[in-house]
Amino acid sequence: MIFLRRRLPLLITMITGLLFAGQYYVPHPSSELLLTSATKWLQIIGGFALVLGVSSLFHQHAVKIRRQEAGWGYSLVLYGGMLVTIVAGAMAWGKESLDGTMTGFGWVYSFMMVPLQGTMFAILAFFIASAAYRSFRARSREAAVLLVAAVIVMMGRVPLGEYLLPLSGDVSQWILNVLNASVRRAILIGVSLGAIALSFKIIFGVERSYLGGGKE
Amino acid sequence: MRMLKKALLSPPHPWRASSHPPAHRLLRNRFPVTRFPRGFVLALMFSFICLAGIFSYSSAHATLSAPADLQVIDTPNDGGGSLTVVWAPSPLDGSESQYQVLIGEPGAGDPASLKVIAEFPANTRYVKDAKGGWWTRAADPTWHHYVIRSGKGVDIKDGTAYPVTVAMRKGDERAAGPLLQGTPYANWFNWNQLNNLILALGFGALVFYTISHAKRNNIFLRRIPGLDAVDEAIGRATELGKPILYLTGAHDMSDPSTIAAAVILGRVAKRTASYETELMVPHRDPITMAVCQEITKQAYLEAGKPDLFKEDSNFFITSDQFSYTAAVDGIMLRKKPAANFFMGSYFAESLLLTETGASTGAIQIAGTDSDHQLPFFVTTCDYTLIGEELYAASAYLSKEPIQIGTLRGQDIGKAVVLSVILIGTLLATVGVATGGSWPQLFLDLVKDLK
Repeated sequence: MIFLRRRLPLLITMITGLLFAGQYYVPHPSSELLLTSATKWLQIIGGFALVLGVSSLFHQHAVKIRRQEAGWGYSLVLYGGMLVTIVAGAMAWGKESLDGTMTGFGWVYSFMMVPLQGTMFAILAFFIASAAYRSFRARSREAAVLLVAAVIVMMGRVPLGEYLLPLSGDVSQWILNVLNASVRRAILIGVSLGAIALSFKIIFGVERSYLGGGKE
Repeated sequence: MRMLKKALLSPPHPWRASSHPPAHRLLRNRFPVTRFPRGFVLALMFSFICLAGIFSYSSAHATLSAPADLQVIDTPNDGGGSLTVVWAPSPLDGSESQYQVLIGEPGAGDPASLKVIAEFPANTRYVKDAKGGWWTRAADPTWHHYVIRSGKGVDIKDGTAYPVTVAMRKGDERAAGPLLQGTPYANWFNWNQLNNLILALGFGALVFYTISHAKRNNIFLRRIPGLDAVDEAIGRATELGKPILYLTGAHDMSDPSTIAAAVILGRVAKRTASYETELMVPHRDPITMAVCQEITKQAYLEAGKPDLFKEDSNFFITSDQFSYTAAVDGIMLRKKPAANFFMGSYFAESLLLTETGASTGAIQIAGTDSDHQLPFFVTTCDYTLIGEELYAASAYLSKEPIQIGTLRGQDIGKAVVLSVILIGTLLATVGVATGGSWPQLFLDLVKDLK
């Protein structure tokens, strides 16, 4: 049992990890084919895993409705929305338009999903404003530096700002190209080394906590 | 020589004072020559003119000499489907003359049947300009090269021999090289990436060495406020009797940041189990959800509280970005968790999540390698694990020698990278200032070559 739960997954991880790390260095078409096949496998497994996810979602909201927890009405809306979308999708064979005519499924996508997603994304503008207000209050020296840099960059990125402060364009570009880019690269170097080290630990079975099951 | 000088500087002869003698007389007086019949002199002059004409004609043709040392080879280090042509530079390479690369159908032996697939100035396309390390160069850096690929009416297939040649053209004249055959094939190793492989293996070896070193020695760990705050956040949630919300990011389990988030979840779940605090982990990916369920279950087992484990503490919402965001925002507003953890990779939803969390008064700890979202996390969260700190969190929370050793390896790796950047910058500057090509020998070693 310990073999199936621990050693076999670790063995599979090591073999596939080494195989695909090596694949990066092999330009032969067979190597590309291997990667493409593995990607397709992952997509298929992801498709099956979606059943797992949807069953979790149904269970979660069924419990809420049964217990009549706070906001259980939204769970009913979820059930209704899901049912309507599945029926509309099945009737339209999963297509948004048939013979140039929009299907019910296409209508749900174009006139419900897209506007709702757009609304969520649009809220971001207000959230940025409120977050900026809290952050850019010059309460400390660091916050003051952040405030000045942010004002210069914002002025330099819009035509009116550059008109009012002619130097702001060049200064903001310098801030972005020199200060910002160098810090980003430093972060990326650290991230890359961290990711490589983690990959080595996973491939060689040093890091096992992601498997669950604790230490042997 | 001394006599010649003396003759030239000698005082003028008496006759010179009286009149200006003709030049031929002057020369004849100074350099006495044998007298020849006039017909012979005319014949000599005619011969000289003819010879000069012939010489100038042949030198005009020398500019159009066929490309020398022409070679057609399979393009090294590629996946097949291309040929590389290399040839020696001509002393008369310049912008006025052009090179033409010609290729024919397989088996074609008539040079007239070849078609021109590329034409470029003769002072361009050198081997030294090709992408690749000095250790994989097919010819001398000063030679010309051209890579023939499928396209422009040419379909290059592996294992088939193609007739190829190169011609030099200037105006209406053209000199073609010999017709050569080249066969492309796919390679099994990209030798350009040898430096990458060696560096990766070297870094891996370093990590394993530091792990073994950490098992034998104590290694100092600098405190990270964000990780110190994990206990504080869980304690606060316990005191308030409110749940803890933990997000694992937008990516699936193939992303190292999601794995790091899942590993940290194990440590957080162990603490929440100990404090008997409710844990909620909404997911965007079903596979991540399944993995995190196992991790959480194990954490509760290790904490000695298996009865407190709830299967639905990890639950799936949706893979859609903003639908997921809306659902998590709703959870934050309804359940009002006392602590929110945002670990892993994030996109535009980061601010929507964290700003909503901040409005509920929750203590918020973020950890991400998404550098473009870091400003939003820093702005709205109480603590932020920046970049590599996300990967280091597991070591800080567990204090296991294996994890701490990895951190030491990463630190040494960073020191090496910084040293290489410094040395590379100096060498590149020296190379530009002196015009020398030797710094490139070092710079190629640390370049990401494809």
